[in-house]
Amino acid sequence: MSMTATGVLARLAVRRDRVRLTVWLLALAALVGSTASAIEGLYATPAAVAENAAIRASSVVARAFTGPATGGNVGALAVAEALVFTCVLAALMNVLTVVRHTRQNEELGRAELTGSTAVGRHAGLAAALLVAAVADVLLAGVCAVALLANGLPVAGSIAAGAAIGASGLAFAGITAVAAQVAEGARAAIGLASAALGLAYLLRAVGDATGETGPDGMTVTAAWPSWLSPIGWAQRFEPYGDQRWWPLALFGLFTAATLGLAGWLSAHRDVGTGMMPVRRGRTRATRSLRTPFGLAWRLQRGTLLGWLVGVAVFGLAFGGIGDQVDDLFGSEQSAELMRQLGGGGSLVDAYFAAMMGLMGVVVAGYTLQALLRLRGDETGGPAEIVLATAVSRTRWLVAHVLVALAGTVLVLFALGLGTGLAYGVVAGDLTAAVGDLLVTTVAQLAPTLVLAGFVVAVFGLVPRAAVALAWAAFAVCLVVGQFGALLELPEPLIDVSPFSHLPDLPAQALTAGPVAAMAGLSVLLLALGAVGYRRRNLTLH
Amino acid sequence: MTAIEVDGLVKTFGDTVALDRLDLTVHTGEVHGFLGPNGAGKSTTIRVLLGLLRKDSGRATLLGGDPWRDAVALHRRLAYVPGDVNLWPNLTGGEAIDLLGTLRGGLAEHRRRELVDLFDLDPGKRMRTYSKGNRQKVALISAFASDVELYVLDEPTSGLDPLMEAVFQDCVRDLRDAGRTVLLSSHILAEVEKLCDRVSIIRSGRTVESGSLTDLRHLTRTSISVETAAPPDGLAGLAGVHDVAVDGHRARLEVETERLPDVHRHLAGLGVRSLTSTPPTLEELFLRHYGDQPAGAR
Repeated sequence: MSMTATGVLARLAVRRDRVRLTVWLLALAALVGSTASAIEGLYATPAAVAENAAIRASSVVARAFTGPATGGNVGALAVAEALVFTCVLAALMNVLTVVRHTRQNEELGRAELTGSTAVGRHAGLAAALLVAAVADVLLAGVCAVALLANGLPVAGSIAAGAAIGASGLAFAGITAVAAQVAEGARAAIGLASAALGLAYLLRAVGDATGETGPDGMTVTAAWPSWLSPIGWAQRFEPYGDQRWWPLALFGLFTAATLGLAGWLSAHRDVGTGMMPVRRGRTRATRSLRTPFGLAWRLQRGTLLGWLVGVAVFGLAFGGIGDQVDDLFGSEQSAELMRQLGGGGSLVDAYFAAMMGLMGVVVAGYTLQALLRLRGDETGGPAEIVLATAVSRTRWLVAHVLVALAGTVLVLFALGLGTGLAYGVVAGDLTAAVGDLLVTTVAQLAPTLVLAGFVVAVFGLVPRAAVALAWAAFAVCLVVGQFGALLELPEPLIDVSPFSHLPDLPAQALTAGPVAAMAGLSVLLLALGAVGYRRRNLTLH
Repeated sequence: MTAIEVDGLVKTFGDTVALDRLDLTVHTGEVHGFLGPNGAGKSTTIRVLLGLLRKDSGRATLLGGDPWRDAVALHRRLAYVPGDVNLWPNLTGGEAIDLLGTLRGGLAEHRRRELVDLFDLDPGKRMRTYSKGNRQKVALISAFASDVELYVLDEPTSGLDPLMEAVFQDCVRDLRDAGRTVLLSSHILAEVEKLCDRVSIIRSGRTVESGSLTDLRHLTRTSISVETAAPPDGLAGLAGVHDVAVDGHRARLEVETERLPDVHRHLAGLGVRSLTSTPPTLEELFLRHYGDQPAGAR
């Protein structure tokens, strides 16, 4: 039986993931719920709600980034604000879960061990999908409850939950296929994430080029949305027309991907993919033979992805810069923008808000690069490398330098892309590029503080380092994005170093905060380095 | 001259005592077997000697220096192969060999070429696609191609097939002939018997035996399973024979190694039809000698 012992493996997966998945579910429910409650607070009157829905429908950028509202009520606005984003995160949860219980198990040799027992050929894949599916059903439930808790209508809340859960499930199916095709676990995550990026992009194009309805608030998406599972999720139209047929579409799609994955998995060997493995050099180049060269080599692929990503985002942000006055011209959205991006002209506030948010997002790259140190330590090459004539300090410095140099490049690419596109549409290339480069590169200062924190926890409390690092990142992101909106208390907002940077380009860059942040980060980096030199390695 | 001198080494992880006053002496120019069952503390000892872990108390000297304080300087003079080789999945084996060798202070080019051939490694494949044995080969080639004084090998043959084990043994003999020091941790007694001048046996973080192999002969017993033409009587009465079980014309027994000639003579008189003899595993040895005694007599 090809499915024998699926239940046992699924229980094992649940046992391994009980905390991880619980955090995912609660965080996504909290995101959905807090968005709904923020919207309710921001737009007090039905007229204000309708006006905002109309603005979203008339703004190409809002349609492209988050999708339009599904009608003129609070729930419909919450959907416009959060549905697409939550669907993307739900998809990501499924990508990581399915790869973790399929290819990662194979890569670490666990699948070989379990596969040699009375376990069916497809049991590993089936167990991973079973766990993902259960998580998706629960996700749909908790998201619906979070919306209901805000007093939103029952049917719409269930439809929104179903949309989120269903797009998660669709990506469990896509990942199942990617896991058969890709070279290894990381490649499988990359492949499935690329599919997710494409799905987001297709629906962005579909929504941006769609037709505005007669009410001026809703939008009928153009055909590219139909190629994207996230586009299908939007077709539920919660709190609007409310449709249920997308469930059938998701059912068919998921069944098809699972069938394909099952067929592919019967035609490949454990531990290998369907794509041919490229041969590489038989000798190391001179530049690879130093800790710095090695760290660079290990980072450059990820870095390239980030550079392309932020450049595309930058071009999109910058390209609509000249329409900001039209898009956010209404009193309320201008007010919203100023809360996020500081005073000054609306365009400046827009760029301050967008680049401020992207600055935190880019810090995600910095963390990812720095945490490689930790990954290399537990069951990685650090043991053998640190038994060569490489000191711990040199090893640490190489990784930190590469991570920070990469961060500068990413911020630079973001500023350049945004500046070029805005310069072209606004007709003043030099000023636009100059202003936006300063805006984005200035984000390096708070990023340094976050990087210092990561190195400090890595040096002092290695076992908790990964969790603490991402928790700090989440705090910065939430405070940065929702702090002003949710009217969080000042001391809480001040926890994020990103709150201490002036709202460039709306405000002027001052030396004080930058110097303070630089000093603090040097202190933290030194603390981490000393801790790392003095402690035991925590090898497996 | 001693290459490694460890005296009363203690290392704890929380409540777990990994090393409990461990002693170890490795003379310069010898191949020293470091034996113990899984979890005895072999890897922990080695990691303290490499300055990867910090000792709690006791004395540890490596090549005349302090393993923690002088780590980098000492590491130029040694090569280390861990039991579990996890390198960079997207680097090729050839790149990893060069990288590790260079970080250690340089590779002997002709030796590298020779070893890649001897170990039959395809250096153009990415590490992620290698089997455990091939990953082990990458670390071994990089270590053996480094011209250093001390080689620290932590269970280096797990995952190697018998052919490659023979290549490995040749390499270690070459090192001994060249006057290098080798610390070879293992739980396979046969491997240690073939290669080592002296051995230390540890259990639960403590040294239980140390000396030359001849000194430790009294620890080893050979298991014999025999089928004879005449009923196998009188075996139990022989000196150095234990645990005799007779079933018709078949018998199973355990013999102290130095008594083997007497037992062979006796069996020959009975007309041997088939005979297999297996050296005892280290675990059996431990069970017999220390099994009734709590770990480290604590």
